[in-house]
Amino acid sequence: MKEMLIILLSAILVDNFVLKKFLGICPFLGVSKKLDSAFGMSVAVTFVMVLSTAVTYPIYMGLLVPNSLGFLQTIVFILVIAALVQLVEIILKKYVPSLYKALGIYLPLITTNCAVLGVTILNIDSKYTFAQSLVNSLGAGLGFMLAMVLFAGVRSRIEAANIPEAFRGLPITLAAASVVSVAFGGFSGVIEGIFR
Amino acid sequence: MNITTILLPTVIVAAIGLVCGLGLAFASKFFGVKEDERIELVREVLPGANCGACGFAGCDDYAKAVCEGNAQPNQCVPGGASALKGINGILGTNAAAGQKMAAIVACTGKNTVTGKRYEYLGIDTCKAANMLYGGGGKCQFGCIGLGDCVRGCQFGAIDIINGVAMVNRAICMGCGVCRDTCPKALISLIPDDDSVFVTCSNKSKGAVAMKVCEESCIACRRCEKACDSDAIKVNDNLAFIDTDKCTNCGACIAVCPRKTISFISRQTGKVMLSSELVAPPETAASSEE
Repeated sequence: MKEMLIILLSAILVDNFVLKKFLGICPFLGVSKKLDSAFGMSVAVTFVMVLSTAVTYPIYMGLLVPNSLGFLQTIVFILVIAALVQLVEIILKKYVPSLYKALGIYLPLITTNCAVLGVTILNIDSKYTFAQSLVNSLGAGLGFMLAMVLFAGVRSRIEAANIPEAFRGLPITLAAASVVSVAFGGFSGVIEGIFR
Repeated sequence: MNITTILLPTVIVAAIGLVCGLGLAFASKFFGVKEDERIELVREVLPGANCGACGFAGCDDYAKAVCEGNAQPNQCVPGGASALKGINGILGTNAAAGQKMAAIVACTGKNTVTGKRYEYLGIDTCKAANMLYGGGGKCQFGCIGLGDCVRGCQFGAIDIINGVAMVNRAICMGCGVCRDTCPKALISLIPDDDSVFVTCSNKSKGAVAMKVCEESCIACRRCEKACDSDAIKVNDNLAFIDTDKCTNCGACIAVCPRKTISFISRQTGKVMLSSELVAPPETAASSEE
């Protein structure tokens, strides 16, 4: 249990997918303008991350490893995740239209998101068990949400600030993102400290 | 080199692809929700400005609402006649066009006729300036001139000229987005015809209004008396014209001592402000030819 908690908290704070591993930068910069859409995107990403881990892990362990085809993991994972997201979209549209509407455009957007692919591959690289992989995926998603929501707040401040002409738009956003990333560096070692 | 080294991965990836593909095919067959293909067609005849003038969250939303019968086919303002014709064709409806509207700014407080109370140096929007004692202008009711409406307009129909917003009627689609951006609520939609309009929003008493701007309404009621059709009324120290009763005769323009009432010409596509008029509209129109 303690081990699970460590994995979860490390994935959220220490090894934050966006701010420390630099995965999923595209939605991080693209959808963080408004708090609502940032939150919607994060929920969709979390959902897909856990689901795709639940599917790719058995495929890797059960199908690829016995045939010593580990090198195929990238292409197989992309294929499976893309199909899975489409399937989820179809099912949601039919049975949970409210959730489908809430996730909206973000669900198809993350079909081949690098953060989703990254978490499935990193789970296997870290030699996690199936349960640990799921917890790690959940943590990665929540960490993504934390980064998105925090950065949406930062961006709303940027909107109101008087910024030099040359820095307006993407440059100041990238600069702000790097500062937020450095700030998250402060969490390194915290988890080890808590559970020692 | 064994042939199975190549064959096995190929077969496995192909099999996974096949399973995924079949899964999706079955899913869309059993779980699929039938989309109305007319929605896509209607969406194509709409201009795609997503202005929101129809009252829906964008062109996609409006197309959906029209097909489901929740909206009238003539609600797209920027699309006008061509969008209406397209929608009528697709849905087999026979809706008539609505009255084309155009935006008008009820202020002519140019830099030359009004002045500043203080120099505003804050965030470059009307909304922010308005929060600081109602903006930097002398007139509390007038145009701040920092261009919130200009940024709001999807069509580039508004410009700030000499510190006051002006609508170019030739471009204005009448969507009304600018109306909601103005913190002073100066912009309204009026029918896109020849019209006479009070281009002032100052509701202070005459003596106060006179001091802040040369073209302000001082509620002298001369226009009220000059009007034969009982269309103009002074309420809250500000003249207001009822467009239903107004005959565009221009009598009020001739008697207004403050150049507060403007004639807006349909033909020229240009807003003729009172200060540019030397004579009532009939003579002004003939002298242009």
